[in-house]
Amino acid sequence: MGVALFEKIQEIRAIYPEGTQSALLPALRLAQEEYGWLSPDALREVADALDVTPAVCKSVASFYDQFHLEPVGEHLVEVCTNVSCALYGAQQVLEAFQDELGCRAGETSDDGKVTLSTIECLGGCGWGTIVAVDHHYRTGVKPEDAAAIVKELS
Amino acid sequence: MSHKQVVMAGTDTRDLTKLAEYEAVGGYASLAKARTLGPEQITNELMASELRGRGGAFFPTGRKWSFVPSPEQNPNPHYLVINADESEPGSFKDNEIISRVPHRFIEGCLITAHAVLAKHVYVYIRGEYLGPYEILVAALEELKQRPDLRGDVTIVVHRGAGAYICGEETALLDSLEGKRGQPRTKPPFPAIAGLYASPTVVNNVETIATVPAIVEMGGAEYAKLGVPNSRGTRLISVSGHVERGGNYEVEPGISLKDLIFAPELGGGVPGGRAVKAVIPGGSSTVILTGDELDVGYDFDSLLAKNTAMGSAGVIVLDERVCMVQLGIRVSEFYEHESCGKCTPCREGTRWMTQILRKLEAGEATERELDLLLSVCDRINGKCLCPLGDTAAMAIASYVAKFRDEFVAHLDGGACPCGDHSPLDGVLAPVAQHIHDHASELVPA
Repeated sequence: MGVALFEKIQEIRAIYPEGTQSALLPALRLAQEEYGWLSPDALREVADALDVTPAVCKSVASFYDQFHLEPVGEHLVEVCTNVSCALYGAQQVLEAFQDELGCRAGETSDDGKVTLSTIECLGGCGWGTIVAVDHHYRTGVKPEDAAAIVKELS
Repeated sequence: MSHKQVVMAGTDTRDLTKLAEYEAVGGYASLAKARTLGPEQITNELMASELRGRGGAFFPTGRKWSFVPSPEQNPNPHYLVINADESEPGSFKDNEIISRVPHRFIEGCLITAHAVLAKHVYVYIRGEYLGPYEILVAALEELKQRPDLRGDVTIVVHRGAGAYICGEETALLDSLEGKRGQPRTKPPFPAIAGLYASPTVVNNVETIATVPAIVEMGGAEYAKLGVPNSRGTRLISVSGHVERGGNYEVEPGISLKDLIFAPELGGGVPGGRAVKAVIPGGSSTVILTGDELDVGYDFDSLLAKNTAMGSAGVIVLDERVCMVQLGIRVSEFYEHESCGKCTPCREGTRWMTQILRKLEAGEATERELDLLLSVCDRINGKCLCPLGDTAAMAIASYVAKFRDEFVAHLDGGACPCGDHSPLDGVLAPVAQHIHDHASELVPA
């Protein structure tokens, strides 16, 4: 696994000018897709592949919301609760997911399958409530849709 | 009423995500035309078009291009970077542009690259936009088979990873360089020292998607659309309490009231409720009250009301919405997204949220309402980038225009909206890890 990731990161590295660190975000994304989250070991792998220190990787990864420095569930359900979605009833959508999953926002269901979280504006304001299920947007989500979405993921 | 389409032209009848369909409506003809013109001629057309940046800062696009030094003045490679980090609450136009007219956007990239002498184009797209990203990558795959169109220009799509601040152009450049996305000190401006310290033009998606039409019709012709200082068309994102949320391409100068109520646009407010307030240009802009809707939706008219078109995200709030709760939700957003580089923004946005929470709980005094405005004042104009400024100005405008409502919350007062505000108890990301400790956030 480690070798494959190393090779893939070299491919990305070749896209950008030599001597730059631009491959870091894509590399972190690849590592996260591989391991589910950015563990200290994963960060070290990325660091080795890009000739930077693990500290650089962690400092960059910790800046961005999409990188997980703690383990998360197999699936991600992210409910936009920014202004427009909130006006459509995002809070009620969130609460329906909390009920279905038996966990609160920011937590993972007991079976480890689904991490539920709120997220800032996803850029679908006219079609809210937006829920990103494994990063794919569902538009116009209502509280009563939560059960079916959770079932898809189980 | 029909509206002139430029950026979205042709999408009503065809699936323009496909190269063949796009070419069938004359797609990539502007690129061919542009390549017969010199870079300077194209920039002159852009100047004549009076196109101003669609990302929110309204900088004249042609002028921005003209700042790029000649290869003799600076031998470093030139870069074109597209800002597709659309993250302003209320704006979702670039999402739709990339998703529905990716080739028009790519054509704009190739024309602009020619104009600013760039061989390398980076499209920095926010990480959450997986759908648009996949559509754009598929369109670029189609282009791989067409060296006649592509020429010697490479286009790399670079995904962000969740950070509002990366929509600020210098933060974007740092992020693209693989760093934490924090704004740089300006000058130097990107045109002189941008990506990899080389001459760089940074333009918004909609700006770039407008370029083919300007080359096709000529700058002077394009400048006949719209009103002075707001030429052409704009995709306006309408959301919130309207019947028909969506992006609508219209000529600036249309009244805000029409945007909200016209049957082919916003379609009015559900349930026939009254409009209490409108955020005119994304959550970073100064709010308008329901009595201020008779205003032209263009740069000058909105400036006369001390607000802005920004990134053209119109959020409509009906009579049930509590303005203190709106303040909390907006302030929490900026608190979460502050990059932390400048102290007034990092600490100030947090203070704003805390005071607003105390207000909402009925635990604040008049002194604290004054403190809120004082905090806003101490952020505004004291940071490297506009994130803190706009957050402070937005919140201060809620207080200025709805002061009675804020005062009603003081000293154990109850919210005049009762329990009916749709923003009641909304859980923001910044608060989700502290469920049981929300009260501890309130300073004693």
